Amino acid sequence: MSSHHEEGFIRKYIFSTDHKVIGIQYGLGAMFFLLMGFGLMLMMRWQIAFPGKSIPIIGKFLTQDGILSPELYNQFGAMHGTIMVFLGVVPMAVGAFGNYLLPLQVGAQDMAFPKLNMASFWVFFVGGLVMLYSFLLPGGAAQSGWTSYPPLSNIAPAGQTAWLIGMVFLITSSLLGSVNIIVTAVQLRVPGLSFFRLPFLVWAQLVTSFLLLLAFPPLEAAGVLQLMDRVFGTSFFMPSGLVVSGQALEVAGGGNPLLWQHLFWFLAHPEVYVLILPALGIVAEIVVTNTRKPLYGYNTAVYAIVFLGFMSFIVWAHHMFMTGMGTAMSAFFQATTMIISIPSVIVLTVLLLTLWGASIRFTVPMLFALAFLPMFAIGGLTGLPLGLTASDIYLHDTYYVIGHFHYVVAPGTLMALMGGVYHWYPKVTGRMFNKTLGKLHFWGTLIGMNGIFAPMFFIGMAGVSRRLYDSTIYEMARSVQPLNVIMTYSSWLLAAAQVLFLINIFASLRKPKEAAADNPWEATTLEWAAPTPPLPHQNFAEPLEAYRGPYEYNTTSREFAPSTYRRPKPCQR
Amino acid sequence: MSAVIPYISKPHPVTGVTNAKFGIWLFLASEVMLFGALFSAYIVLRVGAETWPLGSEYLSVPWAFANTVVLITSSLTMVMSWAALQMNNFAKYKKYMGATVLLSFGFLIIKYIEYSAKFHHGYFPANNTFLAIYFTMTGLHGIHVLGGIIVNGYLLFPGSKMWHTEPERFAGRVECAGLYWHFVDLVWIFLFPVLYLL
Repeated sequence: MSSHHEEGFIRKYIFSTDHKVIGIQYGLGAMFFLLMGFGLMLMMRWQIAFPGKSIPIIGKFLTQDGILSPELYNQFGAMHGTIMVFLGVVPMAVGAFGNYLLPLQVGAQDMAFPKLNMASFWVFFVGGLVMLYSFLLPGGAAQSGWTSYPPLSNIAPAGQTAWLIGMVFLITSSLLGSVNIIVTAVQLRVPGLSFFRLPFLVWAQLVTSFLLLLAFPPLEAAGVLQLMDRVFGTSFFMPSGLVVSGQALEVAGGGNPLLWQHLFWFLAHPEVYVLILPALGIVAEIVVTNTRKPLYGYNTAVYAIVFLGFMSFIVWAHHMFMTGMGTAMSAFFQATTMIISIPSVIVLTVLLLTLWGASIRFTVPMLFALAFLPMFAIGGLTGLPLGLTASDIYLHDTYYVIGHFHYVVAPGTLMALMGGVYHWYPKVTGRMFNKTLGKLHFWGTLIGMNGIFAPMFFIGMAGVSRRLYDSTIYEMARSVQPLNVIMTYSSWLLAAAQVLFLINIFASLRKPKEAAADNPWEATTLEWAAPTPPLPHQNFAEPLEAYRGPYEYNTTSREFAPSTYRRPKPCQR
Repeated sequence: MSAVIPYISKPHPVTGVTNAKFGIWLFLASEVMLFGALFSAYIVLRVGAETWPLGSEYLSVPWAFANTVVLITSSLTMVMSWAALQMNNFAKYKKYMGATVLLSFGFLIIKYIEYSAKFHHGYFPANNTFLAIYFTMTGLHGIHVLGGIIVNGYLLFPGSKMWHTEPERFAGRVECAGLYWHFVDLVWIFLFPVLYLL
């Protein structure tokens, strides 16, 4: 390690094999896509709240009259979902947090395969470029929803082909990343760091990586089949006798559109847990640090997420109750869906009970973690009526569904990720963020997100479909239209709060480095034992060994003095 | 300047494998899911079809049988090349690895003959679902064979320099490439009866 020759700019910051640089690359890339997905949503929300009015300022760049056209609305809808899930949250939660923190938390100098790590980022980058490029194609980007259901997606314009090619890149990137994370977590733990001494975040990343590893390939297979359908004219997903716009399609037929849905949801349900598990891990780290207590029931929580990972492979068809796949199938998937809610509740209970009796430090990351708990609970509990076949018949494909999963992913996962950014910001940069701006960001985000997503439950229960370009054409939707206006205003509040966030994390970089920033939160896990920022290609100044579990706070008994206790007189000299 | 990563050539005392071997097994697990999904798609399409042709109506069983023999032989030579390294016989390694690469090319040539015969008869993926799944699955398998040729070719020529500096690590690489190659072989063992015989 004594060879200290300097690396050039490109090797150090662009094509770096250092897991910390790659983690930051993932983080910045994911942040770009999260903001882009959010921007698409802002334009869609304008159209929903004020149908047929031209979008101020940016509208004239999109269309001649400044009104979001139905075709663009569909493209933005499909790409909002795709970008947020595959280019935003997963690269942030697994790519950025996993890459940066996992080797540090297990005490390794880097990931097990540093070159593979670099490759996985650049494959992700190409996938992102293909997705962006698809907006420029004739007919625009993919517009059949992020689920790309055939036969609609099979006959969609060229953007759908670009979507499929982009997805193949993104899947390959996730695959390489997940192999790396699993091998690192299992093989590179420092001496003494047994499996049940691992921080909960490492466990969460480990289970997440297994989901990515085993659930993504079926979507890759489905993507290849749809690509064959679109490019070579096969009929994997095209049933016989399909008529489009009054004309019989010239395909051989004999395919099965439901096959796509099965393959897609076989990925996309575990994907939900890919989105939420790292967030649970991050929240656990923040909660224990700021309650100064061990995680209540650490082992239980670990077993719960392992069980959750296993169960997530056999619940996928609860997205398909309305496809007519049969009552026996529906009953089976309804039962497994009810079972999988148990481990999620266990983890949430563990986090809540950790708060019990704690003297909580209300730091900025802790505010995000505390808000995560009820937000994730709302998201989870509103999912139960969707998992039961009887109530799903009414709620399916309404705004209620949108409200449910956004509560899990936006005020849930995204707030946990923001809290994580604040929590590890001092370790990554050696500087402390501005706490007042952080608190303003927190309250703006919390109020903005609830203002957007809570009304969706009511609009959904009023029966408004999730896919409408202009819902006011229906009588029953007009009574809830004022809620849509509130949601749009809330989305502006949310946008304003994120401006504070960006100012905070970038402007704080200009502050001088704080000397005592190695462990500002007085945390116990291994990443806080590294210098700030951790050394390139080495992380730690000297080899480590672990002697304790991850969260040994307040290990000495607490001091207290009853009123009857009389201070002993000092000894006489 | 690079990080010191343990268990690159020596196995981890607890798990008993090197990083690379663990990684390749994980990769193969994901490959099982990939081909598993395609075989499941085959079953769903076939069960839902009104009629399904017998494989031999369209496809040439003798050529496929020949290819099965070629691929199994290549798996054998792959093991022999690794065994040669264990016996410290680098010349023998080169011979067997060369044979593996040649046999893989043989497989692709036979596949090419089969494909062109299909196209000559006017059998294209768009004709019916059977031909569609035939071309998709054998095509994807062919790409995997091509990937194996690239890796094995690298280990045969430029990559083999490592034998003189880090023999243990090099043998590990050959072993991992072998695991992958056996997997590719195994996929064909399933493809042959499913597509040609059933």
